[in-house]
Amino acid sequence: MSRIHIQVNRLTRVEGHGNLIVKVSHGKLEELRWEITESPRFFELMLRGRPWHDAHVLASRICGICSVSHQLASIQATEAAFGIRPSGQTVLLRKLLYAGEIIESHILHLYFLALPDFLKSEGAFALMKSHQEAVLCGARLKKLGNDIMEMIGGRAVHPQAAVVNGFGRLPTERGLLNLRERLRESLQDLQTTVELFKGIELPDFSRETEYISLTHPEEYAFVRGSIRSTDTGTAGLEDYLKITNEYCVPHSTAKLTRHVRESYAVGALARINNNAGQLHPLAKDAAAHLGLKPICFKPFLNHIAQVVETVHETEEAINSIDLLLEEGIRDEQISVMPRAGRGIGAVEAPRGLLIHDYTYGEDGRITQANCVIPTGQNHANIQKDLEELVSGRLEQNEDELRLLCEMLIRAYDPCISCSTH
Amino acid sequence: MRPKIGVFDFTCCEGCELQILNCEDELPELIEALDFVNFREAMTGAASYYDIAFIDGACSRESEIPRLREIRDHANMVIPIGACACLGGVNCLKNVYPMDEVLKAEYGSAAPYYDTIPARPIRAVIPIDFFIPGCPIVKEEFIRVVGELLAGRTPYQPNDPVCAECKAAGNVCVFDKGMTCLGPVTRGGCKATCVTGGAVCWGCRGFIDDPNINAEKDILVKAGLSVDEIMQRFSLFNLCQEGAWK
Repeated sequence: MSRIHIQVNRLTRVEGHGNLIVKVSHGKLEELRWEITESPRFFELMLRGRPWHDAHVLASRICGICSVSHQLASIQATEAAFGIRPSGQTVLLRKLLYAGEIIESHILHLYFLALPDFLKSEGAFALMKSHQEAVLCGARLKKLGNDIMEMIGGRAVHPQAAVVNGFGRLPTERGLLNLRERLRESLQDLQTTVELFKGIELPDFSRETEYISLTHPEEYAFVRGSIRSTDTGTAGLEDYLKITNEYCVPHSTAKLTRHVRESYAVGALARINNNAGQLHPLAKDAAAHLGLKPICFKPFLNHIAQVVETVHETEEAINSIDLLLEEGIRDEQISVMPRAGRGIGAVEAPRGLLIHDYTYGEDGRITQANCVIPTGQNHANIQKDLEELVSGRLEQNEDELRLLCEMLIRAYDPCISCSTH
Repeated sequence: MRPKIGVFDFTCCEGCELQILNCEDELPELIEALDFVNFREAMTGAASYYDIAFIDGACSRESEIPRLREIRDHANMVIPIGACACLGGVNCLKNVYPMDEVLKAEYGSAAPYYDTIPARPIRAVIPIDFFIPGCPIVKEEFIRVVGELLAGRTPYQPNDPVCAECKAAGNVCVFDKGMTCLGPVTRGGCKATCVTGGAVCWGCRGFIDDPNINAEKDILVKAGLSVDEIMQRFSLFNLCQEGAWK
């Protein structure tokens, strides 16, 4: 009978530090652990006492890859606490900034972190030699995502322009026209991306799962909405604690979550499962072409969901620019009146549902903060998926099984330092 | 022989490593010039020697200390990148509390599972050879430093305050707009990106070598900030003063 002992320390090509341990002996799975060893930074504690105009500057530093998501969740929590409703222009600029982050983050994952597994390579640097065209296509799309964030936010990582109730700096109409042109041109590279991923054979694995994401009646939800579960339907943001139910285990510095089952999943596949009907036309075509339709219980198809969303967000960015140019960019007064109270801000980060929940004192400083991170919500589901994946393959060669487990974890595009925060 | 490069992450958001991957236009040349042998966020692979080890993140756990020493033992040069590695950065905001309280605040009754120590910059643990500051690092600066090292030179370290570049960028001074800023004492080299981007300088690149902190405090007082507000402004990235981790 086979013996398998897999020990992967600090898994590569993911953001942050996680270990994988698998032990099989006499045809029986004896031990399987997805360990989170990331050093905690204690952001909730750090946010305490910070004034409202600092909060999103600090919150941004939770994550280098999804800093825009953290900023917007933070800003929206503050706005909810102060009873502020941002202008239509601000909402459109946020959607545009957001599209930049989704495009950059999804393309980084698809081309630089995930693709090397399917092309049997150690990483994108090596692929540059063997598959240069593909890597350069990914690099062009990634750069476009970064350039959107630079134009709207000021820079690609930890942008500075987005503030409570507005933007500290506005883009020019000429810049937006130029950006729209580049977005239209990028549809060619996106088509190449769709075909590239259509040609990839994804491991066949399925496990019934609860999927949770934001949902909004008017749009494929990224920057606003209420919470939807494939098991239990829609709930208000104010009820998020009843859904996330965070808990601690000794082998993870990130808190885990559970809802009605032992675990649930968030991210691109969860959004597709909840909101696919609201995708833009080209994204719908891409989903049909790639064979992605709800409800899909195959975690490896999260890659495909990210491809589809990249198309969607490119269309969304073009639409947002059209609407901004129709009205013309206006200088707006940014007024903020701090008051005591609690506010919840939620967005769909590239990797899933992200919540910032702040309580403010009368002096406009945070007295209590809670952040629920997408990858924290996925860790328990990754564990459950791994258990089922390995249980069905106890006779497989150890190296093949190790790679398959690593690929399953990478399919979730985990952002581990973010999950520990 | 291309120099062997390691990129390592400790307590941080990994945004500075992402800035290396964000050099999309320069990536082919960068890979041509450098042999990345260990870059966990971007590739699978390990090595036992590095001509340059770039370190992202602060040190905030006991277990990170031997890991840092091991990297130092296997590297010709160690270069911290970003505010966390160079200054301790935002991680040091927790240092004002006792560590058991920090753990309890986050994990409650599960606190005994976990450990943490006051956050500190990399140079507090191992000797360093140069540093690239910023939150995040400026990718053009990363490329410049690499170029100078490849040419065998000691890289230039900017030591003018952010204000010099801010004037050159044509920005209206934020103090004239009724806001406050740490530009007068903060190390330039960022082209005053935050002021240009519609915000203020938060001091993420650390102080210049001989900062006039008292004069900065005076102008903040003149701008109406209370002592508490001034401390808060300074603390975001620069709480970890020399020796504060001991």
